[in-house]
Amino acid sequence: MIRRPLLRRLARRPGALAALQLAPGTGWLLLFFLVPILIMLAYSVMPRGEYGGVTAGLTLEHYRRFFDPLYLRVVGRTFALAGACTVLSIVMGYPVAYVIARSRRWKHVLLFLVVLPFWTSFLVRTYAMIFLLRDGGLINTWLLHLGLIHRPLTMLYTPGAVLTGLVYGFLPFVILPVYASLARLDPALLEAAESLGARPWAAFRRVTLPLSLPGLIAGSLLVFIPALGSFLTPDLLGGARQLMLGNLIENQFTTARNWPFGAAASFILMAAVLVALLVYLRTQDRAPGEEPG
Amino acid sequence: MARATPRPLMGITALVYLFLHVPALVLVAFSFNRSRFSVEWTGFTLEWYRRLAERGDILRALRASLIVGLSSTVISTVLGTLIALALARRRFHGRRLYEGALYLPIVTPEIVVGISLLVLFAAVGVPLGLATITIAHVAFSISFVVVVVLARLRGMDRSLEEAAMSLGADEWSAFRRVTLPQIWPAVVAGGLLAFTLSFDDFVITFFVSGVGSTTLPLLVYAMVRRSIEPTVNAVSTLILLVTTVTIFLTDRLGRARRGRTA
Repeated sequence: MIRRPLLRRLARRPGALAALQLAPGTGWLLLFFLVPILIMLAYSVMPRGEYGGVTAGLTLEHYRRFFDPLYLRVVGRTFALAGACTVLSIVMGYPVAYVIARSRRWKHVLLFLVVLPFWTSFLVRTYAMIFLLRDGGLINTWLLHLGLIHRPLTMLYTPGAVLTGLVYGFLPFVILPVYASLARLDPALLEAAESLGARPWAAFRRVTLPLSLPGLIAGSLLVFIPALGSFLTPDLLGGARQLMLGNLIENQFTTARNWPFGAAASFILMAAVLVALLVYLRTQDRAPGEEPG
Repeated sequence: MARATPRPLMGITALVYLFLHVPALVLVAFSFNRSRFSVEWTGFTLEWYRRLAERGDILRALRASLIVGLSSTVISTVLGTLIALALARRRFHGRRLYEGALYLPIVTPEIVVGISLLVLFAAVGVPLGLATITIAHVAFSISFVVVVVLARLRGMDRSLEEAAMSLGADEWSAFRRVTLPQIWPAVVAGGLLAFTLSFDDFVITFFVSGVGSTTLPLLVYAMVRRSIEPTVNAVSTLILLVTTVTIFLTDRLGRARRGRTA
């Protein structure tokens, strides 16, 4: 066996061993994550080639093109949908996190049921939404049966369908961090507030809510970031008119064959995601309970 | 907390759980429905599952998904565990920065990851197929494995390792006989997550797959686009079953782990 003596020799030089452990994975990530993104960055400032692809040169025209009202509307729609999804997820997710944090016997089951959809196929879950929402779908069939409506409601291919699909997909991301910050909350603080005469609502507003704010901010960004980059949800639930940035990017690389413009769109999306991420990191550096600036 | 949880909150929570789970359950229920075209319940049948078994394209897609899933899981688990070991046990320049950078593949929108890989493969002239899908899946799974294994390594009691070394074990045997058995549940959990991510992935796979390398999610997407019919529900149910079992196992491993340290 040649391996063990070699490892033994390397073990005496910790630096070499660290390099050996890091090299394969890092190499993979550099080659198949970082390099491709850098190629895209290069493409985004190069003139468009005749048959797709790019030609040599340097230009900012693809970024400038974004200021066309047509594309600004796509950016606006993307932010509006991601923002609405975040707000709805907070409103729906906070009570759930609160209930989980206070439960004892069912805590593990309740948490598992939040984690499960988080990992199960996003595509299948989006298809489930189509199954419920389309004209001949389950909801319309039942409403017709009950005589509440006389012709099917158009629910699929609307902004509402996209929003429902986004919340359905990303809601668990807000529940888990809020739960984590609520679970850390010291019950003695609430007892103190109560014994000092605070009513339950006042105790919640002045003790629980501020202390869960780091989790709430983290959760919001964990919803907002993937919602900004969504492609599948608007693609399947939104139809052609509910275009988000992700669909615009895909379109440039497939049917429109304008690679550099698609690359520029990717970097506008990446920039938005990175700004959201920096906000997230800043809030996570603070001690819990500190007022966010 | 002494006070009972307010009832309205319990109500909202129940509704949110229904919202999170009913759509998928409805899908599963209707995979056993006899009626082909309507969503009215006309009786129980296993007909759609029988048809699945007869369809060559579905079996081929399942095979492709399993090949990609298993190979990308093995590669990303090994590479990710090695990175986690270096991060937890070695000191090197820029370790914190490196750790932060590992989150980039997790937060980068899938569409950007998929398309940039497509651009790379096109630029280099690599034909798209199962190999390019596997390469892509490893690239987005490594970070998840690192996060899971690193958490375990950081929460581990180092005194056992030190004891082994002071009793004369060299670094390799200390790793093999002390460290590895302790982090093994986390390594398996990381591997299971990598498998789930690979088995479920649609967006990135969509861009790096070629003719004849259709995975199960790609096939489901094509089927959904064409028409909504009960066989789609049956495939979807099978996908949900595979991921639910995998996540259940991951969860059990996590609990066993916590139980042992407590």
